[in-house]
Amino acid sequence: MSSLAVTVVGHDRPGIIAAAADALATCGMNLEDSSMTLLRGHFAMTLVCAGDAAVEAVRAALEPLSASGLDVAVREVVPDPDVPAAVATHLVTVYGADRLGIVARLVGVVSEAGGNVTDLTTRLSGELYVLLAEVALPVGAAPGTDVDALRAHLEEVASDLGVEVTLRSVENDEL
Amino acid sequence: MSFDETTLPPGRVREVVRAPAHVLAAAGPEVDPTDPEVVQLCADLVATMRVSPGCVGLAAPQVGVSAQAFCVDVTDHPKTRTAHGLVVLVNARVVESSRNERAREGCMSVPDLTGDVKRATRLTVRGQLPGSGEETDVVTDAFEARALQHEIDHCAGLLFLDRVAGAHALHARQVYLDAPADPGA
Repeated sequence: MSSLAVTVVGHDRPGIIAAAADALATCGMNLEDSSMTLLRGHFAMTLVCAGDAAVEAVRAALEPLSASGLDVAVREVVPDPDVPAAVATHLVTVYGADRLGIVARLVGVVSEAGGNVTDLTTRLSGELYVLLAEVALPVGAAPGTDVDALRAHLEEVASDLGVEVTLRSVENDEL
Repeated sequence: MSFDETTLPPGRVREVVRAPAHVLAAAGPEVDPTDPEVVQLCADLVATMRVSPGCVGLAAPQVGVSAQAFCVDVTDHPKTRTAHGLVVLVNARVVESSRNERAREGCMSVPDLTGDVKRATRLTVRGQLPGSGEETDVVTDAFEARALQHEIDHCAGLLFLDRVAGAHALHARQVYLDAPADPGA
């Protein structure tokens, strides 16, 4: 049993997911985690699948997608059982006029504080640029001065960039 | 407890400011509810809300004025449970809240995006009436509660963008309405 990471990127059209899923199923690869979205007309799919097929066999099965102009990559991934899944404890919201370096600098601040970004989306809507980042802060960092220090640092960098930032804890849904 | 609109002077329609204008991110100061300029501002907010399609609330920062004043009217909106008609408040704050629920919000100052925001659905808001300055409580729920919190956030320099529930809780607006739909404005 192996785990493979597959990425498919290219101009969007109907049928990409169906073709990729069918190819993987034909190889006996079970689709485990996946993320698929449309970014400015480009379809982007990342998934992890597990099964007995070799990398080359999966690559061959996905060849029709490559031949149709999509960028397809397949590589083996080794799961690390010692690394626990990071759980987002905080959400960073940034918005402002679009300019170069917003993501790099603000996510850099999170990284310096030991925070792990677990999910991130950006949207450009007219002149408005919005960044949303879910962040797992190190155990023991929250709640307390570490979070306050991170917030202060984010606000300092945001001010320098001329954008607005908020950092707040994520409320878990209680069912 | 609908606000008596006849106590306001005629309102003028003002231009609505859009993000990322800085005034939307600045906490507005408390203002004197008896000041004629504040009363005129409230009248202008109501007039602007009335002519804006789908708008059920408008706060001072949205017309470029950093101040704690807003109006809300969710009457006849399909998501409304309790409605107080026109609500116009100055220096309002939440004094009691419970029962959070997530729902979609839009905003005239962020016209092309909507977001999923968790807010209290049972709410008590205390503020002052423009003109008399009388302090009043609004006890409400559901959609009106959401709209009030959205406007109080505006007065504190917060947009719904600062409240969305997660990295995937922001959406491109699908529908641009001629009729009331999203809370806040």
